[in-house]
Amino acid sequence: MTLSDIRSRLDGLEGRTYWRSLEELADTAEFRDYVQREFPAQAGEFTDPAGRRQFLKLMGASLALAGVSACTRQPPEALVPYVRQPEELIPGRPLFFATAMPQGGVGMPLLAENHMGRPTKLEGNPEHPASLGATDVLSQASVLTLYDPDRSRTIASLGEIRTWSNFTAALQLAVGAQRTSGGAGLRILTEPISSPSLLDQIDTLKTNFPQAKWHQWDAVYGTVQGGAPGSLALYRFDRADVVVALDSDFLNSGGGSVRYSKDFSSRRRIGTPQQELNRLYAVEPVLSVTGANADHRLAMKAGEIHAFASGLAAAAGVPGTSGAASGEAGKWLRVLADDLKAHAGRSVVVAGDTQPAAVHALARAMNSALGNEGKTVHYTAPVIASPADGVASLADLVTEMNAGAVQLLLIVGTNPVFTAPADIDFRAALEKVPTRIHVGLYHDETAEHCHWHIPEAHYLESWGDVRAFDGTVSLIQPLIAPLYDGHSPIEVLAAINGTTGQSTMEIVKGYWTRAFGGQTKTTWTLRDASGGAYPNVDTFWRHALHDGFIASTSMLADGATIPAAPAAVAATSVPAVRGADAGQLEVVFRPDPYILDGRNANNGWLQELPKPLSKVTWDNVAYISPATASGMGIALSRAGNADQDLLEIEYQGRKARIPVWVMPGTADGVVVVHFGYGRKNAGRVGSGVGHDVFGLRSSATPWFGSGAKLTRTGEGYFVASTQNHFVMEGRHPVRVVDAEEYRADPKVVAEIGPERPADEESLYRRERGDHVTPTPFEYLSYRWGMAIDLNACTGCSACVIACVAENNIPVVGKTQVGRSREMHWLRVDTYFDGDPAAPSATYHQPVPCMQCEAAPCEPVCPVAATVHSDEGLNDMVYNRCVGTRYCSNNCPYKVRRFNFMLYADFTTPELMPQRNPDVTIRSRGVMEKCTYCVQRINSARIDSKTENRRVRDGEVQTACEQVCPADAIVFGDLNDPASRVVKLKEQQRNYGLLEDLGTRPRTTYLAKVRNPNKALA
Amino acid sequence: MAHLGESPQGLYGLMAEFDTAQQLLDAAHRVRAAGYHLADAYSPFPIHGLAEALGFHEHKIPKFVLAGGIAGALAGYGLEYWTQAIDYPMNIGGRPFFSWVSFIPPAFETTILFAAFTAVITMIALNGLPQPYHPVFNAPRFSRASQDKFFLAIEAADPRFHLEQTRAFLAGLDAREVVTLDE
Amino acid sequence: MKQSTETYVEPSQYPAGDFREPIAVIAPGHSYDSITGKLTGMVLTKHTPLAWFVVIGISFTLVMGLMMALTYLLAKGIGIWGNNIPVGWAFDIINFVWWIGIGHAGTLISAILLLFKQDWRTSINRFAEAMTLFAVACAAIFPIFHTGRPWLAAYWLFPYPNTMNLWPNFRSPLIWDVFAVSTYASVSAIFWFVGLIPDLATFRDRAEHPVLKRVYGMLALGWRGSAKHWYRYETAYLLLAGLSTPLVLSVHTVVSFDFAVAVLPGWHATIFPPYFVAGAIYAGFAMVLTLAIPLRALYGLHDFITMRHLENMAKVTLITGLVVVYGYGCEAFFGWYSGNEYERFMMKNRVYYGPYAWSYWALLLCNFIVPQMLWSKRLRRNLAVVFTVVMFVNVGMWLERFVIIVTSLHRDFLPSSWQMYYPTVWDFMTLFGTIGLFLTLMFVFVRILPMISIFEMRTLLPESRPHHPEGGSH
Repeated sequence: MTLSDIRSRLDGLEGRTYWRSLEELADTAEFRDYVQREFPAQAGEFTDPAGRRQFLKLMGASLALAGVSACTRQPPEALVPYVRQPEELIPGRPLFFATAMPQGGVGMPLLAENHMGRPTKLEGNPEHPASLGATDVLSQASVLTLYDPDRSRTIASLGEIRTWSNFTAALQLAVGAQRTSGGAGLRILTEPISSPSLLDQIDTLKTNFPQAKWHQWDAVYGTVQGGAPGSLALYRFDRADVVVALDSDFLNSGGGSVRYSKDFSSRRRIGTPQQELNRLYAVEPVLSVTGANADHRLAMKAGEIHAFASGLAAAAGVPGTSGAASGEAGKWLRVLADDLKAHAGRSVVVAGDTQPAAVHALARAMNSALGNEGKTVHYTAPVIASPADGVASLADLVTEMNAGAVQLLLIVGTNPVFTAPADIDFRAALEKVPTRIHVGLYHDETAEHCHWHIPEAHYLESWGDVRAFDGTVSLIQPLIAPLYDGHSPIEVLAAINGTTGQSTMEIVKGYWTRAFGGQTKTTWTLRDASGGAYPNVDTFWRHALHDGFIASTSMLADGATIPAAPAAVAATSVPAVRGADAGQLEVVFRPDPYILDGRNANNGWLQELPKPLSKVTWDNVAYISPATASGMGIALSRAGNADQDLLEIEYQGRKARIPVWVMPGTADGVVVVHFGYGRKNAGRVGSGVGHDVFGLRSSATPWFGSGAKLTRTGEGYFVASTQNHFVMEGRHPVRVVDAEEYRADPKVVAEIGPERPADEESLYRRERGDHVTPTPFEYLSYRWGMAIDLNACTGCSACVIACVAENNIPVVGKTQVGRSREMHWLRVDTYFDGDPAAPSATYHQPVPCMQCEAAPCEPVCPVAATVHSDEGLNDMVYNRCVGTRYCSNNCPYKVRRFNFMLYADFTTPELMPQRNPDVTIRSRGVMEKCTYCVQRINSARIDSKTENRRVRDGEVQTACEQVCPADAIVFGDLNDPASRVVKLKEQQRNYGLLEDLGTRPRTTYLAKVRNPNKALA
Repeated sequence: MAHLGESPQGLYGLMAEFDTAQQLLDAAHRVRAAGYHLADAYSPFPIHGLAEALGFHEHKIPKFVLAGGIAGALAGYGLEYWTQAIDYPMNIGGRPFFSWVSFIPPAFETTILFAAFTAVITMIALNGLPQPYHPVFNAPRFSRASQDKFFLAIEAADPRFHLEQTRAFLAGLDAREVVTLDE
Repeated sequence: MKQSTETYVEPSQYPAGDFREPIAVIAPGHSYDSITGKLTGMVLTKHTPLAWFVVIGISFTLVMGLMMALTYLLAKGIGIWGNNIPVGWAFDIINFVWWIGIGHAGTLISAILLLFKQDWRTSINRFAEAMTLFAVACAAIFPIFHTGRPWLAAYWLFPYPNTMNLWPNFRSPLIWDVFAVSTYASVSAIFWFVGLIPDLATFRDRAEHPVLKRVYGMLALGWRGSAKHWYRYETAYLLLAGLSTPLVLSVHTVVSFDFAVAVLPGWHATIFPPYFVAGAIYAGFAMVLTLAIPLRALYGLHDFITMRHLENMAKVTLITGLVVVYGYGCEAFFGWYSGNEYERFMMKNRVYYGPYAWSYWALLLCNFIVPQMLWSKRLRRNLAVVFTVVMFVNVGMWLERFVIIVTSLHRDFLPSSWQMYYPTVWDFMTLFGTIGLFLTLMFVFVRILPMISIFEMRTLLPESRPHHPEGGSH
């Protein structure tokens, strides 16, 4: 009997006492309330904003304490730390473990920061090809979901608390009944899956029950396969000089967005004026993050893109294609074709996930015709297993359910009752299934209609594996034992397969042990980083866990191309440009960028994170173009947060109501509705927030369709946005130059905007022999500074949420955001250039504290609560602050945030372990602001002192810098001439925001350099 | 009522009452001319030249106030210099530790504060206030001194004081009545 | 206006056309006794006018509202107000500046007019000074309660030795405020008390009730009106006046620094100190008139507060009002002449571009257009008109601070941070609560202390100035 066995047994015992105490606790009022909420009757609660805002405070439940007692439990298996052995764990020093976050079946590789056994922050895995150290918004926020007090905590059968053994017993009965029929009545409904070990179990299940069927549904990822059917396109934007995005948001959606942002921005971060920029053309119905970064953008109905693509293919010389267009589109066709041909082999055409297969086929045809295939793009086998059209798959299942063919249905993760297409009445069909089991993080709408609900273990709580967008196998290590005694899908499937003896870890390790021996269905090439073979399976396993992935499984390397579906192009019938429905209103469906199909509805960070471009929080809105708006008599601009017109959209005879949002860059005659909101039973945060528009989305037209009707209900609906003014008013917060101007005269950037006072003009200058310092202070030890490359920034907002996670920034709720009291230390400003109705360009500007050397905020503080450190940081002394708000009034950048009320949550036990122990929780009445992540600076300084050296460049990474997929933010020591930040500031693109005020900001920006095509100008 | 033959012991002095400010002022001049030093006049409002008429000259208060003002200025500016530049210097917005310009307004206010309080305190102190008891209050009609009547008292301690003569002298100043004041 | 004594002369009765002969500052036919009797009688009487109870009833209800608002504020935080980022200051500081400004007239009347030997100040300086004290008391609420943590701000703003060696930051205009306002409050208080001493002695001597006698007696410090006392008293009083004059000018200058020192367009202006001081006097005189006109009617003080007083005050209001309007002109001119894009936008936004332009035009109506009526002597002597005008000015001066604070803050340098400000019910409860507090204190004062300086009124009678027989001693 090994130590780990004893551990796990002890753990089991703890588990049981945990259960007992839970049942004892079960009598408290909170618990009764909790049990009640398992019934739909109670689903409507916590719908008032105040209640939601205070959800962080409402959790003083005795259950919570049980949850916390769970937090301190170590996982039974020995984890392999990323940098150190666990026995070397030093209190106060975090450990990092490699893991990965599955999202729509695709893995996001991560390093989890672990404080004394508590995961507090997630970073990207620097060695993983899908991350290269960066992450995205969703993975940053997922750590909050781990601790979400509203996650389901108990196995329940018809609302009664049950134990795991109760469940397995019941399951065996149900499954046993299926054995005779070979599982004819057994169905499994999951999200898209790429996990090899889970798929292996599904295979086992299929061998055990030949008649059983496996269906997949996912409202966001389930209906697309990230490329032409049967194949997966992997792009190399770092090699592409010309990129044409056909309704594709490759920079901000899909599992590849992080890597793609890295590659793309590597061609925008020019070091010298001479350096060549890439050029991005975007054709899309609604302004996407990718479109906002385009040098040229054409707003076009989603339904017309097929024809446009076909015309482009013809113009680009793809055989068997035809099509032409008039007007602007026609001009575009010619120009794009020329530019593409001029850059044959160094260009790429990208088709959007929401576009039909035909467009993907056309894109592929163009890429091969241009000789891009194998260079800037190659097509490989899909990562998602047995790619099926989710809509069709769900439809089949429902037909069978209605026919009564399904006796036992296992639903894993997905929430079809809420997300199913409008014309598929999943709920009604569900009632016809005798035994329904739901496995999910939350007791959601689907769970309410199932007999059994099994709390799913969060990915940070369970073992597993997943494949990244490029196929790289990434291993999932638990950072903490399940807080609410969740169970992983692997465990549940094991239970069905009857292999209950093994722990999840043993199952996963078992699969890879067999894979190492080549005994698995899929044969894996398992080589180490240098391509050499591993001596034995243990070394392989240790390395794999240590790295978090198996490098040799990446398909991003060239080759591995699968042939195009024959005659895919010819087969596609091209609707004529300006088709019959040209005059009609087109409705375009988009998942909410953060809430997705509603699965993240209970995540306060995501709810409060301003959506890209619109900056709307806590709601979903319908975008229409200014022209369409004025046609309907809807106001185009708003001075502040106010009521928006509530629209009623009628489409295919179904109706939904949603507030309007006038979005520049939206194609005329298009209404873009974001689904995922309007959850009934999401939890205290997400229930009843926003409007449910799934009622409009039919299986025939999941992404767009024509013939919608738009009417103003005459009612108003309050929408809270963090930015209400998107015009620069002739000022120059963002300095923009064209590549040619800049090449011709690099000084052009410095000449934009008012002149900056010279050091000699300072009242407080000091002559110091050879030079003059503008203040009496010389920062001789370190001079921390930051440079933000506006040319690289894509505006994805990952930096904002990374800052939230790192600095314990509270959620304030819609009402407070509506009064413009959001607490984000870092914001991403968006400005539209040119005609507000049809902007010629969109700029993003992350604005943290500028750490001014002559900070206007400091001299006005009556109690000296904000002062300069000897390293030049603009320190905020919370203990001393009395909250006069004078500093904020006098801050030209308005980056200071004030605790107008008690926003921080001091009471909810579940949330305490999530907090970063190195950062103070701010209380009511105190001003706060960006600190340059001073806690990270301090720990690095301490290290450097113990090793008797200076802090190395890059040793301190601010949270925003670390997360940035575009490497737009660089932080470092201005006293170190070799540091990256100094190199950047030496560029002639460098300028200070509002530097004409003489604030001498330490944070400066690198001007945006656009690369327009003269032919389109 | 004291009467002839009684020793001045326990006697504070004599007090005459007048109806008008004019009478009082004239009386004051005459008393002074008669060589009385320990005499004082009482009126319901300030009468210009009355104190001088009684030979009272004093210029203490302005000097005190000047001193107070200077003290206030030094205290204020000193406090600022010491706290901001010596005791706990801090880099505040890159401004010098001794931001002498910014320190002027508070110092100005302390100057006024000290000076004003000195003025009031010296005035009250020199007047010997608060003084709940004073022999003049023994005069039966003295309560009118704060309303509409005018009084003049000569103290028994005055070398030239003689109960009868002085009483006659006061009566001669067409006083309304003359009364003796007990200690 | 009902006549209280037959000696009161209606404006219509004045010698036609000839206004060079000023109306007396006190109606003819008064004696020391009548003055004393009238002015002490108002207090030392069992009879309280019904109107007094009405006013106290209303204003004290408002005070209760203030208490509620402040209690809830302490419980929940500044969030109950409409303040936000970027509009970090709003009603709180608007009210603060408004009240401080109102206070200034009191000191000005009692100090500066004294130095200028304006005898017409005599009958109004006492309650003008009281008004100063009470206005400052109302103002003083805000510097403390507008902070996020009042329980700390209450003493952290003062320099006191502590174990952490922490001191206030003397570079901050808010600390200048603390010094200016507290100095102003305490100096005004002693100035007022010193003025009261001789009258308290009168009360001591006239009060029948033994308890009252003792109380007033203690307050009178044993004052006996000796020639020497009067001599020192006048010296000190004159010095106080001399000191209060620069003080009163400095206080609103410092208050204006709160804005002038900032970088914000619309705040960062050199015109602010004189412009604020003028505004203060403007607001102050308006408030004195607002109080004087009803009190005069209520207590029949036509003999002591004659048409001359009211007219002079109306004139001062008109003149200072014009200075203030000149200030507006300067602001607009600087905005344009600076050539600074932020300044120019600020003015545009303030005047016609922005969502708060209405407040600027309302301000001009109240502070510029309406007061021009005071040019006409006829209107100036129609108390109904004067009262209406000064009510407009009271509102206008509040609006002026609204314009300066809110419209400058809500749209500053970066368009991305532009937002709107909307006050909440708690903002209004606090504003009207302080007005209630002010009226309450004012009427309590009127009931228990002489609202007109009795001994100084006596000096207005000709017989109070005897000539010196032997050529005088000076």
